[in-house]
Amino acid sequence: METKQIQETINMVEEEHLDIRTITMGISLLDTVAGDPQQTAKNIYNKVTTYAKNLIKVAEQIEREYGIPITNKRISVTPIALIAGHATPDDMLYYAHALDDAAKAVGVDFIGGYSALVQKGFANGDLALIKSLPRALTETDLVMSSVNIGSTKAGINLDAIKLMGETVKGISEKSDTANAKLVIFANAVEDNPFMAGAFHGVSEADVVINVGVSGPGVVKRALEKVKGESIQVVADTVKKTAFKITRVGQMVGALAAERLGVEFGIVDLSLAPTPARGDSVAEVLEEIGLEQVGTHGTTAALMLLNDAVKKGGVMASQRVGGLSGAFIPVSEDAGMIDAAKAGTLTLSKLEAMTAVCSVGLDMIAIPGDTSATTISAMIADEAAIGVQNNKTTAVRILPTLGTKVGDMVDYGGLLGTAPVMPVVEKSSADFINRGGHIPAPIHSFKN
Amino acid sequence: MTMSKAVVTVVGKDKPGIIAGVSKTLAEHNINILDVSQTIMGDIFTMSMLVSLEELEGQFNALQDDLNTLGESLGVTIHTQREEIFDAMSKV
Repeated sequence: METKQIQETINMVEEEHLDIRTITMGISLLDTVAGDPQQTAKNIYNKVTTYAKNLIKVAEQIEREYGIPITNKRISVTPIALIAGHATPDDMLYYAHALDDAAKAVGVDFIGGYSALVQKGFANGDLALIKSLPRALTETDLVMSSVNIGSTKAGINLDAIKLMGETVKGISEKSDTANAKLVIFANAVEDNPFMAGAFHGVSEADVVINVGVSGPGVVKRALEKVKGESIQVVADTVKKTAFKITRVGQMVGALAAERLGVEFGIVDLSLAPTPARGDSVAEVLEEIGLEQVGTHGTTAALMLLNDAVKKGGVMASQRVGGLSGAFIPVSEDAGMIDAAKAGTLTLSKLEAMTAVCSVGLDMIAIPGDTSATTISAMIADEAAIGVQNNKTTAVRILPTLGTKVGDMVDYGGLLGTAPVMPVVEKSSADFINRGGHIPAPIHSFKN
Repeated sequence: MTMSKAVVTVVGKDKPGIIAGVSKTLAEHNINILDVSQTIMGDIFTMSMLVSLEELEGQFNALQDDLNTLGESLGVTIHTQREEIFDAMSKV
């Protein structure tokens, strides 16, 4: 019996916030399509509540037996636009409410997949879904939405970007917080267990369990022990820590899948922060040697961190997927909030950071009077980084009515608080209003 | 996957009766102790016990509840966890 290792594991959970960030059950809805939207909505409710019936019970029993918290239990479904070919925007509300009701019935935190994939163009269901978003996201509580507007293979749909800028703006006029439930992606992945961007891709099995691990606090604590040592030691320390964290994720995911009688999908190797002190990716970057996140060197430190997390995690899990990397949401990370408040962390630095980590501009508050075309242009910049560099990027941005730069906005719970950040005021409208399609980059032609 | 062992860890201020109390509770659940490691650091008592769960499939929750209650009455923290989590993290 290795008592030192036993104590190390217990300390990781008790003091360093080690947890399984999410167990997400992916459910295909392709077999729920009926001619009538209300019947389809009923089928959706029935399928989700049947398969996810025991999800919470099984997850809670695993937490208990293994002493590892599972912070979120979630469901992802087939992008709803795909099963809504004939629907009108009003019909879409049946689907949104069916998902919301099903999520509440089984007790999960969120249900993701109120989504559309429009990187190359719009079908009827895609447009209906996007037009329904301001109502769907304000009339439901647990439904999460994502829209993929670009990919390395297809290029960037500028018409979709224009529409999404207007949609984000429209949602912000109805609610200060509903935009936290909407992610605009480039190169979205089909097996992401994290919200708000989780959906169950069409190539996935009927029902699977995906797991997202976390643990920035554990990485920070490990790095405290190698202060002043060379950067290779930092990379090695992160790798070893990521390996341990991911092994727990692999074990928990395999157990949950077995007990639920469904297939085990992937482990998403991520460092996902929460607003709690000591559970922050920013603090890890600062431990590497930055006085405050956002200063010069931040992008390099993040690149190292993101890469070492993957290298450590890959060997620890059977199948890796999802977004896999460090998350840098501003409002959900105590260190990011501090740096944004102090003015050390700016939107342009965040944009640079998204080129080397797993996500994009995430949970960022901007002034409520920011124009729709400026929001679209921010989405376009992120999409360009993702499409050109063969990686996922995303925008989850929160224009907040009646606020000005420096005001604090509280989103509640895990979504945290964020200072309203300044946006460049010069117009991008003529660029966005051109519309059309930015062609796929030359290096996408690989056949 | 058959699971047959659990680790019981006890941490807290030392006082008479900790080992006695834990052992008695385990015995009441008909659980065999396989290995024990115990130290005192300052006046903090720490103990790890490896126990067999073969007799106990399905009764894990009852044991954990009883040990938690015991921990509260002794003023110590008792964790009861299946062994696999420690193996997962520390062994390749």
